Amino acid sequence: MQTGYFGEFGGAFIPEILHETFRRLTEAYEAARADPAFWNEYLRLMENYSGRPTPLTFAGNLSRQFGRRVYIKREDLNQTGAHKANNVMGQGLLMRRMGKTRAIAETGAGQHGMACATMAARMGFECVIYMGAEDVERQRSNVFWMERLGATVVPVTSGSRTLKDAVNEAMRDWVGSMDHTHYVLGTACGAHPFPEMVSWFQSIIGLEARKQILEAEGRLPTHVYACVGGGSNAMGIFQGFLDDPDVTLVGVEAGGKGLASGHHASRLASGSGAIGVAQGYKTFFLQNDDGQMLDTHSVAAGLDYVGVSPILAHLHASGRIRCEAATDREVLDALQRLMRQEGLIPALESSHAVAQAFKELPTLPPEAVVIINLSGRGDKDIFTIADALEDPGWRRYIRKKAADYSVNEA
Amino acid sequence: MTPTPLETHIRARLAAQKTASPILLMSHLVLGHPSLEENRRVIDAMAANGVDLMELQIPFSEPIADGPVIALANQAALDHGFRVEEGLRFIGETVRRHPEIPFLIMTYFNILLARGVERFIREAAELGARGLIIPDLPPQEADAAMAACREFGNGNLDWIQLLTPTSTDERLRFIGERAAGFCYCVARKGVTGKRTDFDAQVRQFIDRCRAAASTPLAVGFGVKWPEDVDALRGVADIAVVGTAAMEHHASGGAIAVGAFFGELSRGRRADSTA
Repeated sequence: MQTGYFGEFGGAFIPEILHETFRRLTEAYEAARADPAFWNEYLRLMENYSGRPTPLTFAGNLSRQFGRRVYIKREDLNQTGAHKANNVMGQGLLMRRMGKTRAIAETGAGQHGMACATMAARMGFECVIYMGAEDVERQRSNVFWMERLGATVVPVTSGSRTLKDAVNEAMRDWVGSMDHTHYVLGTACGAHPFPEMVSWFQSIIGLEARKQILEAEGRLPTHVYACVGGGSNAMGIFQGFLDDPDVTLVGVEAGGKGLASGHHASRLASGSGAIGVAQGYKTFFLQNDDGQMLDTHSVAAGLDYVGVSPILAHLHASGRIRCEAATDREVLDALQRLMRQEGLIPALESSHAVAQAFKELPTLPPEAVVIINLSGRGDKDIFTIADALEDPGWRRYIRKKAADYSVNEA
Repeated sequence: MTPTPLETHIRARLAAQKTASPILLMSHLVLGHPSLEENRRVIDAMAANGVDLMELQIPFSEPIADGPVIALANQAALDHGFRVEEGLRFIGETVRRHPEIPFLIMTYFNILLARGVERFIREAAELGARGLIIPDLPPQEADAAMAACREFGNGNLDWIQLLTPTSTDERLRFIGERAAGFCYCVARKGVTGKRTDFDAQVRQFIDRCRAAASTPLAVGFGVKWPEDVDALRGVADIAVVGTAAMEHHASGGAIAVGAFFGELSRGRRADSTA
């Protein structure tokens, strides 16, 4: 079997012009991985810059209500408020090791782009973020921060003007700039070595969580829940427990308006994903009979993606992980319950893991110990969440704000 | 390796130009953009104006190897409801309509996977396509597909290899050893903006390709004017014209595309008799 495969998934299906670029990156990644000093430097940086280790918070109120012990892994406390920081800082260190000075990245809703912009600012790199023109329009607050952090945000007007077109545009940039530029891919997808490399940086979540739960409970959890878009936060926490067959690992995809509605982004749990090759790798994709990728839907932009990490596809196919889907409605309910009960504000993405845990908790044995990976915080997404909750006060505020601007600029 | 019928055809066309540095023209179009009916008119106009080979692209929703203009055309064709089944039927009709021109199918690997790789290749051979260009299936992944081409094509369906300036000499040799029909050399602009530097770079790259592959070489690097074709004379065997033809089509339809190729091939004839 060739390297970069996980079962039948993964690989590197890239245009020939990128072959050498990927070969050099793979070489640099493997050298870094074989060097313990690199990982130690990474740990020190994450400790000092991103507040790691993030706590494993015991959710006392929920535990009482469900009669089972519930813990929450607090990736929301990272720099820029999500697990994305783990990946960008790791790739930033790799860039420095490779002697590169310019970082490029794709971004959908803007979370990864923003994380990448902070990394570039701290490390002194030039930073260019490719973002679909439609996303630039929809996600002004993240564009604002990226630009203020010194990054150049390039609106991509080709194709469907969204995430996949941003990926393609970043690839085009990389073809002509590989000597000094690194492409900071945002999730555990794409061509080898990205799925493996991003999962490696994210494994910091699982390593910490395993140690923390053993300290707190003196035993391993029975269940671990994580949301799955591209799959990097799930890969991160699952890696702490892959070799413990008694730990049930549950990946939660975006059920959107319900799996039967067709408006979802569930490639594994829905059973409607088919094995294909796109964007450089082989995995389950939501596609039609011709092999054309379908439009996906989720209330959470970060889960609204047509493919899924080839490593998760393999773990799913081999039966090591179980995949489920939570609907937009279930997710909004779970988000509000977690806020009210524990004072935590989860991102819409992370709320999928919370929703699935809430669905299953009443049916678990009383001695169950559950970890929910809270991959990101929601307060930074106030525009999106207030919209999703149809908050009337927020609407009044935005209308008034808009009116103020029109008066002042008139 | 003995030359395939496609390579023999290309060499005969080159020889027929009776000049020291002949060059063929290969055009590219995206099926279903703007429509198959319009594709038919454009193909007729190309055939009547000196195009030697044609590349027909089956649209894909994730065209990662294409530039922005062609990527947009892929999406537009899909938005208009393009289906692979009718695209293949159209390719069959087109081959019968222009038996003198070798047609190549360009698309992405997922289109083959979704239909069944063997089935797609068998159908392509039956329709009379002469080659497949699949830019996201690198040679180290393509053994089964290449074997299927040999099995179902009986020598008439070549798996076209792509060579790029970023490849090392060793990599070029690895690919060159697997070449059949011709090699497609992707000489992208972007590294330097200066035309003169670019020409020197292309020449150097093509020299490396010659050393690696014994087949004829097609070069695509944004041909826009007759001088661009002349610049490739003595360097490449086939000039690929893609984006420029689409731009002419957008502004003046099939007639403008015909006139554009007419100009490219007239320049070619004038020069070859000079």
